[in-house]
Amino acid sequence: MIAVTTMKIEFEVNGKAVSADVEARTTLADCLRYDIGLTGTHVGCEHGVCGACTVIVNGAAARSCLMLAVQADGEKVTTVEGLSNDEALTPLQASFRKHHALQCGFCTPGMITTAHALLTHEPNADEERVRDVLSGNLCRCTGYISIVEAVLDARVAYGSKGE
Amino acid sequence: MNTRPGNSLIGSPVERVEDLRFLRGKGTYVSDFSLPNQLHAVILRSPEAHGVIRRIDTSRARALPGVHAVITAADFGARPPHIPLRLQPLPELAPFHQPVLAFEKVRYVGEPLAVVLADTASIAEDALELIDVEIAALPAVTDRASAERGDSILFEPHGSNRALVWTATRGDAEAAFVKADVVLKERFHIQRHAAMFMEPRGFVADWNAETQRLKVWGAAKVAWTNRRILATAMGLEETAIDMVELDVGGGFGSRGEFYPEDFLIPAAARIAGRPVKWSEDRREHLMCANHARDIEINVEMALAKDGRILGLRGMCYSDNGAYLRTNGSVGPRNVAQFMSGPYKIENIHLQTTMLTTNKTPSGTYRGPGRFETDFARERLIDLAAKKLGMDRAEIRRKNLVADADMPYPLATIQPFESVTELDSGDYHAVFDRCLKEFGWDEKSALQGKLIDGRYHGIAVGSFIEGGAAGPKEDARLALETDGSLTVHLGSSAVGQGLETIMAQIAADSMEMSFDRIRVLHGSTTHVTEGYGSYHSRSTVMGGSAILLAAEKLKDKIRECAAARLGCSKDDVTIDAETVRFKTTSLTFAGLGAEPIEVEATFYNKKYTYAYGTQAAHVSVDVGTGHVRVHDYLSVEDVGRMINPLTLHGQAIGSIVQGLGGTFLEHLVYDANGQILTGSLADYLMPTASDFPNIRSITLELKPSPNNPLGAKGAGEGGIIPVGGIIANAVANALSHLGVEPMELPLSPPRVWALIDAARRAKR
Repeated sequence: MIAVTTMKIEFEVNGKAVSADVEARTTLADCLRYDIGLTGTHVGCEHGVCGACTVIVNGAAARSCLMLAVQADGEKVTTVEGLSNDEALTPLQASFRKHHALQCGFCTPGMITTAHALLTHEPNADEERVRDVLSGNLCRCTGYISIVEAVLDARVAYGSKGE
Repeated sequence: MNTRPGNSLIGSPVERVEDLRFLRGKGTYVSDFSLPNQLHAVILRSPEAHGVIRRIDTSRARALPGVHAVITAADFGARPPHIPLRLQPLPELAPFHQPVLAFEKVRYVGEPLAVVLADTASIAEDALELIDVEIAALPAVTDRASAERGDSILFEPHGSNRALVWTATRGDAEAAFVKADVVLKERFHIQRHAAMFMEPRGFVADWNAETQRLKVWGAAKVAWTNRRILATAMGLEETAIDMVELDVGGGFGSRGEFYPEDFLIPAAARIAGRPVKWSEDRREHLMCANHARDIEINVEMALAKDGRILGLRGMCYSDNGAYLRTNGSVGPRNVAQFMSGPYKIENIHLQTTMLTTNKTPSGTYRGPGRFETDFARERLIDLAAKKLGMDRAEIRRKNLVADADMPYPLATIQPFESVTELDSGDYHAVFDRCLKEFGWDEKSALQGKLIDGRYHGIAVGSFIEGGAAGPKEDARLALETDGSLTVHLGSSAVGQGLETIMAQIAADSMEMSFDRIRVLHGSTTHVTEGYGSYHSRSTVMGGSAILLAAEKLKDKIRECAAARLGCSKDDVTIDAETVRFKTTSLTFAGLGAEPIEVEATFYNKKYTYAYGTQAAHVSVDVGTGHVRVHDYLSVEDVGRMINPLTLHGQAIGSIVQGLGGTFLEHLVYDANGQILTGSLADYLMPTASDFPNIRSITLELKPSPNNPLGAKGAGEGGIIPVGGIIANAVANALSHLGVEPMELPLSPPRVWALIDAARRAKR
């Protein structure tokens, strides 16, 4: 018989204060999806390899399946929903669409969050750097070429001065 | 909107409508979908590969607070339902159908034993550990040798581990071998790997006891077929079940086939009287979703001195795993029927024996049987060229089927006879175009050359891609009262951009603007009957059904307009979403008080064959066995392209999957039948840094004569010749050592071992 206790956590998601009662074993991914109701963060492997669940924690890309929800207490979390608006696609999203950098769309939120975190810190990242960083996110549909092109093409929106 | 000249959407690189929700995280995949009051299902799976079930005691699990039920085979009477074959449903394969829960015996690690229903998935997983299972282990059958030895048999009443033999024949193979100047005889092996789509499988099911109706969310690929299987297994009328397709995170042949969970989750909802939700985890996926490939190919090729291929004969052994799944025959039969590929080979006698083993059952994965058979054939052609002292391009030119020979019959397969023919194509033109674009002549200087510690090699090969499986597809078009068009379709989306493609076809055929079209598909609620998405069929079958329906709809619109305008329907013209008679006009909006609806069916008995040629330039590090792909080019003729943007994307993606299967992906078992590759850290797939140099060119040379679009099933095929071409390029790079790869994957340890063995042999 396993004793189950819950903890109340309070943190910031996409700029809004949220709180949740979670078991200590609840992953941040499950908390975001089922307690906070943001299902844009996808869970593809639950062991930190596929990268579909990538969110941004205090500015850095993190695998929400490898992080416990209680570890997010007091932190700032950004999900794909926080990088989107209803009016128009962001330049990064529009670049993904233009380059056909997604097919089934399941890995896409993780690609968007990973690319956003990269370009925010390194707007001049070159192709090799982009490939290296994206190599932590699996995509089964595209073969990656279009994703790399989309990210390179979006650099200008993050202040890249060009190569 | 990007369009072709003449404003045609068909053929234009239209950006996808799906992207708008996927990019914002607003897609609804099945695990994103929940119902109030739902229970969570978790499945207990066999830890043993082979054994007799002595006892399953669920009492401790049922006592755990939060657990509502634990379902075992005993809940389904004397014999639980077994899953029939969807394709090639031969009665002699009935003994190998998989029960929905292990029945009397377990036959692979991961086979379902029980279903736990609890308030949360975590509680259900806790309960798994409280189920006491006693299995008397039997020796595991894990390879061809142990399967054939038969000292351990999966299905005792059958008497052996051989399930069935497929035979492909054409002409007189024996006579061809008597006449041959040169005969090559080789054994090839293609390793077990799998589709490995990114979104895990899942379902939400809801049983309404009052109306005796069932609704299942999470349907994919072949919803209507699966509804039929489910209805039979649950003792319901088909019409009492609605199957709903949500967003689908990749299929590649594997998702959407009827698995045990396709029955277990709906059945659990009926037993519990509450909605039930289930999502598999990746480890379950690796153990339970269809595996693929895993075949040994023993084949002989007969040739004349001038390089003409006279015949093929041989026996292949397919490791089908523990049961014959819904489409488990497709790969093994395709290996036999399609080994001749795009080449004119008149005399064929090829067989495939399907073996049962204590591994996860297998099914189709993109290019089923074709990836495997092309590996053997392209390798043999290069070996033949070497033996005859011929140029590798020249020997292929000599044997490619000529335009004038079309339609060209392929071998006929038995049992469950299938007769087919290559429909159209200029194979030589595409071959030469590929060599030219690749720079074959320039790159030829690199062959066997050592540059910075790596030996370089090149290779070229051709392939065919079958598509457009019949028998039919349905489309229902509704001109809504607001003047927009709703397309209801029997095809399914698996991530390929179906909504966009079908809207392009509908917009063109109705001469309407793209944003006035709404495409609804994949759910049984949309059309009476649908056949779904497999065998590269959606665009050809669904698209052709839309064309037919559009003609009917225009006719009906004219009829309605004629009544309103007081003229004969033949005098009504339609353009720009407006109907006109002389100077009077009415817009589509408000044309009728009710939506104007038609339904049409496209029937098709003939397959389409897209075809192409690919070329590769690799280099091999002889110190580590690592192979680098410097250039990979695919040139394919698809007859008619609907959307170059999406087709190009699928072509590249398909090639990279093929490179994964060539270099990385391998589902490994130990001698006890335990799967050793239980995570994505063990099962390696291509990443963004692996294969940056892939090119694809799509042509529209020869439209298919078999459908009104002229389109050929496409997007699947890039994967097909990859293994053979890469292995040939590696052999070319290492020709000074005489290395000849006969097995995949070409992982660094395997390539290094080949180099090491060749060096030792030379000493």
